[in-house]
Amino acid sequence: MNNDKQYIFDNPKNVKRLLYVFYGLCLLLFGLDFVINRHIYHSWENIWGFYPIYGFIGSVCLVLVSTWMRGFLMRPEDYYANEEEKSELKAGAKDVDA
Amino acid sequence: MWMLEIPPFVPFFIGALLVLVTRGLLRSVIMVAIPVISAIHLWSVPEGLLVQFAFLDYQLTLYRVDKLSLMFGYVFHIAAFFGVVYALHVRDTTQQVAAMLYAGSGLGAVFAGDLLTLFVFWEFLAITSVFLIWARKTERSYRAGMRYLIIQVLSGVILLAGALFYGAENGSLEFGYIGLDGIAGWLIFLAFGIKCAFPIAHGWLTDAYPEATVTGTVFLSAFTTKVAVYALARAYPGTELLIYIGAVMTFFPIFFAVIENDLRRVLAYSLINQVGFMVVGIGIGTALAINGAVSHAFNDVIFKGLLFMSMGAVLHMTGRINGSSLGGLYKTMPKTTVLCIVGAASISAFPLFSGFVSKSMVMTAALENGYDWIWLVLLFASAGVFHHAGIKIPYFAFFAHDSGIRTSDPPANMLIAMSIAAVLCIAIGVYPAALYSLLPYDTGYNPYDATHVLAQTQLLFFAALAFVILNLRGLYPPELRSTNLDTDWIYRRMLPTAIQYLLSTVNKVDAALRQTFLVRLEMRLANLAQRHERLSGLLSRNYPLGSMVMWVVVILASYLLLSFLH
Repeated sequence: MNNDKQYIFDNPKNVKRLLYVFYGLCLLLFGLDFVINRHIYHSWENIWGFYPIYGFIGSVCLVLVSTWMRGFLMRPEDYYANEEEKSELKAGAKDVDA
Repeated sequence: MWMLEIPPFVPFFIGALLVLVTRGLLRSVIMVAIPVISAIHLWSVPEGLLVQFAFLDYQLTLYRVDKLSLMFGYVFHIAAFFGVVYALHVRDTTQQVAAMLYAGSGLGAVFAGDLLTLFVFWEFLAITSVFLIWARKTERSYRAGMRYLIIQVLSGVILLAGALFYGAENGSLEFGYIGLDGIAGWLIFLAFGIKCAFPIAHGWLTDAYPEATVTGTVFLSAFTTKVAVYALARAYPGTELLIYIGAVMTFFPIFFAVIENDLRRVLAYSLINQVGFMVVGIGIGTALAINGAVSHAFNDVIFKGLLFMSMGAVLHMTGRINGSSLGGLYKTMPKTTVLCIVGAASISAFPLFSGFVSKSMVMTAALENGYDWIWLVLLFASAGVFHHAGIKIPYFAFFAHDSGIRTSDPPANMLIAMSIAAVLCIAIGVYPAALYSLLPYDTGYNPYDATHVLAQTQLLFFAALAFVILNLRGLYPPELRSTNLDTDWIYRRMLPTAIQYLLSTVNKVDAALRQTFLVRLEMRLANLAQRHERLSGLLSRNYPLGSMVMWVVVILASYLLLSFLH
């Protein structure tokens, strides 16, 4: 096992490059909205950037609501466990495959 | 020897028997050969074939072949095949026999032409699959399997009750369109709904699937829910209620999936979400919508299988499946990473991947039929799928922070099985005509027009942008070792606690009542005793000599009297 080996994303520059490509693609896709003439099924689709904006806002809401849900749904890992299961959890048996 | 009338469950059941009596290489060959031979056989079977026999007063149909059942028949063979290949390294007779029987039961159910036959395979599905959970051999999996079995069998019992009502109402047990009129319709609907993981009744799925073995979960994800989808498509197409139920199914699991730590449980939530799209399609009920639902079921079996296989590979190689203890695995599991990303792209419905060519049919059908709000929900759910299944699964397992785990790609058989599924995902995405030719209706639908492709790509890229930005700002919920409460809380915590409380209350009341009664009784007795305790009383301890003499006199006098009378 060679832990010193450098992998592609160990270098923060590579991560940055990937992200810039990604941002570029996002911009391009948003721009295409003004170029491509799509046929419309629904009046909402007439709004410029309907899909990108909906996708973005929807995702942000999803994450924020989920984080808020943690507040009242999250319990310790052994919440349902009986004594035997608790010892399994401690031994890491949940993770290990039979 | 190629008898067309042999239903496809027969080779699988015979296969299970052969697996039981063979060992080693021969067993592996048999396990791989059964789905292949059975699939070739099924391919040659003509549509419209019926195998019927009379049972009591009813005509039962053991084998019915039409486009709808064939579609599920084909994909079940594909799933059984890659499932078997994926499990070739396993040396566990219980699991292997259970997997063969389970796949056979799924096939039996989708080719069943009457409700009684359906019921039999419905219960077989439950009983055979639970061994794939128990084979994990932990206390946790044992208890999860028990809960799973109880709920599945309950669904079967409700189905049987519904079937009996249906038989009494219609004088026939034929499994065709049923609809929601009358008690039979509702009972059968409920039974299907439990197996289909309708909201509130979905707890068994997210509870049990992640507790099964690495290879068992792959089988589980393919059959049970898809049989239920098939049954709904057969019996309740165009039932409007299904549109709303389906929309809720696409909607709520994504929230849970985002905060869930066990990555196979994340996939279980996303399974419910995908089934939701199918249920919406069935509810709309037009030719396009039904096509969309059925083809999405077909694709889902393959890409969800691929995702469960890739996470299984991670669990198999690292012994871990929690997002909180994984990360950085792309370094040592590059092939698995790529295969997982193919599955993730397919489930997220990227153009050129399989999910796109089927999900877009359901979405289009929703718009065409005026379900605007449902369409918006589905659109939101599509972005949500990408979040938890498309990004979260690959990101937290293979990238994110480096967990320091150094391992290697899984054994060759696992890689081959995943590759088969991945190739199918891409092939169907690139050349959907092959899939469309199998569909029940011919709608001339083309997914690849500029509008669809651009809209879907924009939606997904900006959903990803949201992830990137939230993650960079540290607003994305981190993976935490935890349990999240879901509806299984009702029967795992609330009901037991309520019953315990009820019993302890009954106990207390009972004890108090007994105590009061005893005290009263004692007082009454004491009172009685006191009253009769005085000298010469009934319960007196001492008797004076005088009364003794009197009684002797009485006896003697009586004796005298009797002797006179004699």
